[in-house]
Amino acid sequence: MLELLQRIFRRDSYKTSKDVAHERLRLVLMHDRLDLSPKVLDELRTDLMNVIKEYMVIDEKSMEINLEKDQNCVALVANIPVIRMKRLPNS
Amino acid sequence: MGEVFVITSGKGGVGKTTTTANIGTALAMLGYRVVLVDADIGLRNLDVVMGLENRIVYDLVDVAHGRCRLRQALIRDRRFETLYLLPAAQTKDKNAINPEQMKALCEEIKKECDYLLVDCPAGIEQGFRNAVAGADRAIVVTTPEVAAVRDADRIIGLLEASEIRNPLLIINRIRPKMVRTGDMLDVDDVIEHLAIELLGIVPDDESIIVSTNKGEPAVLNPHSKAGEAYRNISRRITGEDVPLMNLENGEGFMDRVRRLLGLRTS
Ligand SMILES: Nc1ncnc2c1ncn2[C@@H]1O[C@H](COP(=O)(O)OP(=O)(O)OP(=O)(O)O)[C@@H](O)[C@H]1O
Ligand SMILES: [Mg+2]
Repeated sequence: MLELLQRIFRRDSYKTSKDVAHERLRLVLMHDRLDLSPKVLDELRTDLMNVIKEYMVIDEKSMEINLEKDQNCVALVANIPVIRMKRLPNS
Repeated sequence: MGEVFVITSGKGGVGKTTTTANIGTALAMLGYRVVLVDADIGLRNLDVVMGLENRIVYDLVDVAHGRCRLRQALIRDRRFETLYLLPAAQTKDKNAINPEQMKALCEEIKKECDYLLVDCPAGIEQGFRNAVAGADRAIVVTTPEVAAVRDADRIIGLLEASEIRNPLLIINRIRPKMVRTGDMLDVDDVIEHLAIELLGIVPDDESIIVSTNKGEPAVLNPHSKAGEAYRNISRRITGEDVPLMNLENGEGFMDRVRRLLGLRTS
């Protein structure tokens, strides 16, 4: 019954082919643009490291960052071993 | 000193040659001195779309290799005396010309015209590198389809890498009816993805096929919607502020009923 109603009032839940195209484009462009050069990835890594170093001592050599992709999303995954926390002013 | 525009797309068949012919003709109609260069070596097309195929003696590669002078290879349009075409060679040799030669050629031509338009081949290989070598600016043509927009995105990245900044976008072959029923990406969708400046929109229009059959660009036909779109685009290129055209020419009865009921067709 609900399905029938939805089919009659195809407004919110019904996806037009344009909506599908829009979403597919979003994902495909994200994947295409993710093809970062090693140089850019290296810069990102250095920047990230410098920010984190303000708060904690990390094991820079075993730090790993990666862009992980699956079908529906992309994540920036970082694995950064912390050696010691810095004593921050208001803690 | 003229300005060199490369008309490019990545994906094939989205309307680069049609766009080059129409913008070039419209600029000449406005009185500008225009040279069209067909950089699609081996797949010469622009001459046919312009209706100038019977007048070719020399081509781009002949000029680049010094087998003739530039003046001898330029074909003057039948309709406008400030409009010229430099045809592509029909050779199979992909390396018949290199980016340095192309750049030198553009430098030479732009001294004597207001606009030089380079019709780029599809793809991102040597032909693309040649076509962009002498360009000051780029016009990226796409259609409202996933594959075409995706390739346009690649091309925009490559243009940036070749130091051609701020490319302009033309969205070609829009079907207003399909946009209305939710079955075609609309202008805003495409711009949201590509994030570059919109130069114009062109409807999917049978008059393009008729004009290509005759070798008379659609801008010459006062009744052609696509022709009007290209005339608007050309005026924008010259710096005039022209509003985007309304592609709707009256919706059908059923469309109106559907719209009033808030229904979409599937
Ligand atoms: N707005 C339009 N309405 C209808 N047909 C169009 C439109 N634009 C282009 N076409 C048609 O699409 C086909 C491809 O156009 P065109 O040759 O200009 O594309 P192209 O990008 O130069 O192709 P290629 O990559 O092969 O060089 C032609 O048959 C042309 O007539
Ligand atoms: Mg072409």
